[in-house]
Amino acid sequence: MSALVAVPRPPAELLLRGAHVLDPNAGIDGAHDVLVRDGEIAEIGAPASLQAPVGAQVVEAEGKHLFPGFVDPHVHLRSPGGEHKEDLETGTRAAAAGGYCAVVAMPNTDPVLDHPALLRGLLLAAGRDARIPVGFMAAISIGLAGERLTAMSELREAGAVGFTDDGKPVVSAGLLRHALRYQLMCGGVLALHEEDPALSGAGVMHEGSLSVELGLAGIPSISESTMIARDALIAGHENGRVHFQHLSARSSVDALAAARARGVRASGEVTPHHLLLTDEQVRTLDTNFKMNPPLRTEDDRAALIDALRDGTIECIATDHAPHARDEKDVPFEQAPMGTTGLESSFAVLYTELVLPGVIGLALLLERLTAGARLLELEVPAIAVGRSANLALFDLEARWTIGEAGYESRSSNCCFAGREVRGRNLLTLADGAVAYRERAFALSAA
Amino acid sequence: MSIEDLDRGAIERIVALATNFGQVADRPIKKLPSLRGRLVINLFYEASTRTRSSFELAAKRLSADVLNLVASGSSVEKGESLRDTVATLSAYGPDAIVIRSPHAGAPALVAGWTHAAVVNAGDGKHQHPTQALLDCYTLKQRLGSLDGCKIWIVGDVAHSRVARSCIQAFRLLGAQVTVAGPPTLVPDEFGQLGVTVRHSLDELREADVVYALRMQLERMDDSLIPSLREYTTHFQINSRRLGARQLLMHPGPVNRGIELSGEVIDSPQALITHQVAAGVVVRMAVLYEVLAGATPERGAPDSQSPALEPQTA
Repeated sequence: MSALVAVPRPPAELLLRGAHVLDPNAGIDGAHDVLVRDGEIAEIGAPASLQAPVGAQVVEAEGKHLFPGFVDPHVHLRSPGGEHKEDLETGTRAAAAGGYCAVVAMPNTDPVLDHPALLRGLLLAAGRDARIPVGFMAAISIGLAGERLTAMSELREAGAVGFTDDGKPVVSAGLLRHALRYQLMCGGVLALHEEDPALSGAGVMHEGSLSVELGLAGIPSISESTMIARDALIAGHENGRVHFQHLSARSSVDALAAARARGVRASGEVTPHHLLLTDEQVRTLDTNFKMNPPLRTEDDRAALIDALRDGTIECIATDHAPHARDEKDVPFEQAPMGTTGLESSFAVLYTELVLPGVIGLALLLERLTAGARLLELEVPAIAVGRSANLALFDLEARWTIGEAGYESRSSNCCFAGREVRGRNLLTLADGAVAYRERAFALSAA
Repeated sequence: MSIEDLDRGAIERIVALATNFGQVADRPIKKLPSLRGRLVINLFYEASTRTRSSFELAAKRLSADVLNLVASGSSVEKGESLRDTVATLSAYGPDAIVIRSPHAGAPALVAGWTHAAVVNAGDGKHQHPTQALLDCYTLKQRLGSLDGCKIWIVGDVAHSRVARSCIQAFRLLGAQVTVAGPPTLVPDEFGQLGVTVRHSLDELREADVVYALRMQLERMDDSLIPSLREYTTHFQINSRRLGARQLLMHPGPVNRGIELSGEVIDSPQALITHQVAAGVVVRMAVLYEVLAGATPERGAPDSQSPALEPQTA
């Protein structure tokens, strides 16, 4: 039922020579030649063992790493209604540049994606504009108002990947219950942005000693974790399938772990910024560090890393949330929440978690692709017969986030200015070249 | 921008400068030529009586030109962004912009957008540095030194920019600061700012100075206090609680009968009107500190500029 759509592109004819191929899902880890014919992985052989057929391009990839393309279950492409921030073309271009071969867009657009006709229109637009396959989550409630259920079954038939009111919580436990019952009929994961508005209030950052010091209204951790605990109980009661978005706090991880231990069909995601940054970043009142949920404490960050490692949190999502410069160029309390992340995610996580030995590279790759499995989409794999969904990285390359601008239309990246290692050179998505780093050449056979 | 930008020496320098200006304030002719020809813009996004009027008076006493802009009735009301407003005002070539904003960090942002010196006249619940400086001045006039002085700040500390700036400034001058009020308005996290946190006034007698904060009536709507009556029962500063040797301060405007009882406001221990008077001389000192000596960046207009040629058509 889930439709993932991109602009039709000529299928790749490509021989990648001698790259270190690493795909934990396919169980492959070593130097190989990989031949892509007609957009499919045709052969995987020992280095220098494969010949390029006539007309194929050759990539001399020795010393480089070939990964399965990443899948982001949570991005904001802002179309329709927010095209001054991002659109299907710029957002998927940013994703391709970051090594992603598929992304799933959130429905908090203007108008909200809450009607099958809107979804059909967006899928047509994706067929014209999207550089990599993009899927769409539909809203749980009409207009994200939290009052009336969308036509979930019709939306699924039109191709909705799942349902979410992301950006807002489903405050009404009764409405959530109805959505879970409908899910039994039509399928589609319910992805939940967890927050209790009565606890978040007018908060703009994590509630803690820094918010007290700065005089900014805080969002306490319990705003998230109490709702996760509640909704996990409801999901368990209805035997529904829920996915908790952008976990930010230790108490949220605990609530998810407890739910899973009880057998609730619940999964969770975490963003690169919650894995790497804390509320201390807000001290400068730089609005690129204003996001929802907010950056929390070092203790929360440690809990999120542990949960990512032990599998309590199964995937990494960027929550790529572009905003125009003039929207972010205002006092902290007035600024919209969100940071971009598609172009920086692998590099910051590789540099700050893999290189220091906090997590292994294979685990990082697994978590960057697992979003597909959680949303019941095909997980990219480097295996013969599979469509080519590949990202070729130079792990030695050093660069600075944002130094050459962004493919995204927006530049509100919380990692701007960070020196990182690991640069994407080439992305293949669904069998076609979706991104090639400017200086990286392909040669004819 | 913030008391954090200052050290003890800088606070004492401003207080000393204000003391000099204070002597001028007693003369029949109170005006000094120090900032003649300089332009000071007061940009106020929040209602303010004493801060705005004292900044205006301070600039005028130093012979500066003053332009007052308040949010209502200006382009701000028409939806102009802060950045665009500052760009527009900067085209007038101000030497200083004094800004009051309901949002934390606005003055620092403005400073990045203009060549003018920027003075923070209160930003959100973040900082109100000139208030803290005038309170330091007032106390030093009275006590000579704040070293070892015990100061209790009582009331809605959580929502008070005055409290945040005063905590930092009083501590820099060697005072021991206690904050007191109900836990909804005085969270324990304040302890990390180097102050003692109390949820009752039982120990108030130890204070040399009692600094009461204004109670915003809307706090009741947020259920942060159940009732004003209950608040006054526990935390009002009145003649029963205030000892004879204790000094009383308040940043104004006072809710008579709520945070302070009528009789203590009018008592000789109350420094409240001294604080208002100090507001002018301390803001003179601040404007002098940021402007005097610095040469205007754009004095005479550039006669080569084609925009200044007489129009011929």
